[in-house]
Amino acid sequence: MRLWRFAALASMTLAGCGGGNADSRDTTAGAARSSGGSVDLTGAGATFPYPLYSKWFSDYAAKTGVRINYQSIGSGGGIRQLSEQTVDFGASDSPMSDAEMAKAKGGPIVHIPMVLGAVAVTYNLPDVSAPLKLSGEVLADVFRGTITKWNDARVAALNPGVKLPARDILVVHRSDGSGTTYIFTDYLAAVSPAWAKGPGRGKEVQWPVGLGGKGNEGVAGQVKQTPGTIGYVELAYAKQNRLAVAAMRNASGSFVLPSVESATAAAAGIAEKLGKDTDYRISIVNAPGAQAYPIASFTWLLAYRTPADTAKGRKLVEFVRWALAEGSASAAALDYAPLPATMTRDVTARLAEIGGGAAP
Amino acid sequence: MTDAALAGGVHAGPEPAPADAARMGGAAIGDRAYQLAILIFALCIPLLLAAIAGAVASAGWPAFREFGGSFLTSSRWDAVNGEFGAAPAIFGTLVSSVVALLIATPLAIGVAIFLSEFAPPWLRQPVAFLVDLLAAVPSVVYGLWGIFVLVPILREHVMPFLAGTLGLGGTPLFSGPAYGPSMLAAGLLLAIMVLPYVSAVTREVLLAVPRSQREAALALGATRWEMIWDAVLPYARSGIVGGIILGLGRALGETMAVTMVIGNRHELSASLFAPGYTLASLIANEFSEATGDLHVAALMAAGTTLFALTLIVNAIARWLVWRVARGPVGR
Repeated sequence: MRLWRFAALASMTLAGCGGGNADSRDTTAGAARSSGGSVDLTGAGATFPYPLYSKWFSDYAAKTGVRINYQSIGSGGGIRQLSEQTVDFGASDSPMSDAEMAKAKGGPIVHIPMVLGAVAVTYNLPDVSAPLKLSGEVLADVFRGTITKWNDARVAALNPGVKLPARDILVVHRSDGSGTTYIFTDYLAAVSPAWAKGPGRGKEVQWPVGLGGKGNEGVAGQVKQTPGTIGYVELAYAKQNRLAVAAMRNASGSFVLPSVESATAAAAGIAEKLGKDTDYRISIVNAPGAQAYPIASFTWLLAYRTPADTAKGRKLVEFVRWALAEGSASAAALDYAPLPATMTRDVTARLAEIGGGAAP
Repeated sequence: MTDAALAGGVHAGPEPAPADAARMGGAAIGDRAYQLAILIFALCIPLLLAAIAGAVASAGWPAFREFGGSFLTSSRWDAVNGEFGAAPAIFGTLVSSVVALLIATPLAIGVAIFLSEFAPPWLRQPVAFLVDLLAAVPSVVYGLWGIFVLVPILREHVMPFLAGTLGLGGTPLFSGPAYGPSMLAAGLLLAIMVLPYVSAVTREVLLAVPRSQREAALALGATRWEMIWDAVLPYARSGIVGGIILGLGRALGETMAVTMVIGNRHELSASLFAPGYTLASLIANEFSEATGDLHVAALMAAGTTLFALTLIVNAIARWLVWRVARGPVGR
């Protein structure tokens, strides 16, 4: 008797689980699904865009019922999982190298730029009230250890009229591997040949000087506590924690503070020069344009050009289309810079390349 | 019971009747099966250890093959150019653990002596409980406390005091600028984390010293202190060393708290004021974003090195316990 009851309960449970799978093929369900539904798409990758992506996923699920799960395990992890085809899409702050793309098991991978991030240079000088002005070469030399004092002649030359203290510059960098470091070192390598030959660009590099802080919060904490420190953090982090940030001199010669608008301007400057067949694996540091902030970068969504599951490929393309069109409104509110309008149009048009992506 | 009966394990006395013999033969098989099951369970643990060590070592093998011995002696950790040397991390792991033990051991033994010899019974339990509570604090919380409380205190008060007022700034051990995050900060934080382990073991061992030892010393005219130093502590020596080994094991493997206060710098330096690195912090920091097979292999090789280091240190410590236990008790 007991066995019969147990068997009945077990079979009802199994039937309930099976029902969720049958519904997931119906992509045009308008109503929000109850919490018993299964996940339609899985992704993994960068931690930088995670706050924005999670807002997008929940808004999209409310609108269309398509549920997307994302694990922010880091760009490297995302690339690895996508190469192994354990997730449907990846996300990365740095473009995949040719070697990494060759190792992907499912064929060629498409890089879709989603939003822009900027890296703010933050410092702790209690006596200096106006934002400090720095240039790329000076910044590179500070991080190389060749400029050691705040009142160095080259720093003072960029900040006429500002009384700089005679203290040592304490450099703080990231101890963990990070896309933020990639963007920052990409910029330093672009503006300083000595940096390019030395530490180079990467998610983690051999830093000539300085302490390592773990995460944006480690660097920011270190900078806030010790006068005379300089470090780099994500723009969103700097804004939300009201850190003092430096105005960087861009390629056009003007000093620009990091902001959502100046990051978008950086992409706009580069976007005009892109060819029709660009794979979007481009760096936009030191971008031309009077309003452009020089330390900015895309963050990409990575997907296979010919996904193994065409239905999932179609769902992913629809989500990206929605995100580029309507999601950008929520981007600025979360301190992410949306793509410039011309670029949004071009990227959306190129989505048709992904196998299973319906033409607009 | 005779030895033969014990060896038989099942029965003693006159030969049983055939029906009883069948049941007792079944019991012998049951015993054998039980023994086998227990043996399998017991073997699982060293097998698991070997499996973990084997998996990490084989994943790290490409790095050892590529760099050979220079992996253990080089200070260059360059992910961009593919050169990996873990010497600063190995050095930092050892130094931070040694500093932690040097600070924690006298404190822990002092606390244990106080609690076992001097404290009135109503004080002993609460204080012992509070000291043991130090072990219950999660290491991340220690790290946060380290960043926001310990490091500023070190930077603003302790380090200038050591370098300036005590005049030690010229010595190699205390030279260099005082940023705050440093080997000293890591050593201090680890000392606090290790204290409850050493203290708990020492306290139990001291309480287990027979009263006759104490009474004999006092009867011979020893003062309270001489009694503790000459009669009680030597008796408890091997247990105390065992407690220190326990603390050392904790210190070698500690990751989160150390990485928040040690400064994360790949550099060998003699100064306690200088930032450093440890093997555990290295792996925790770099693993999630490590792309490139050689980088991942280098991190696995660092893990293997930490594993081997822990084994070697524990082996030395066990030998030390054996040596100490063999030594004369008392004087």
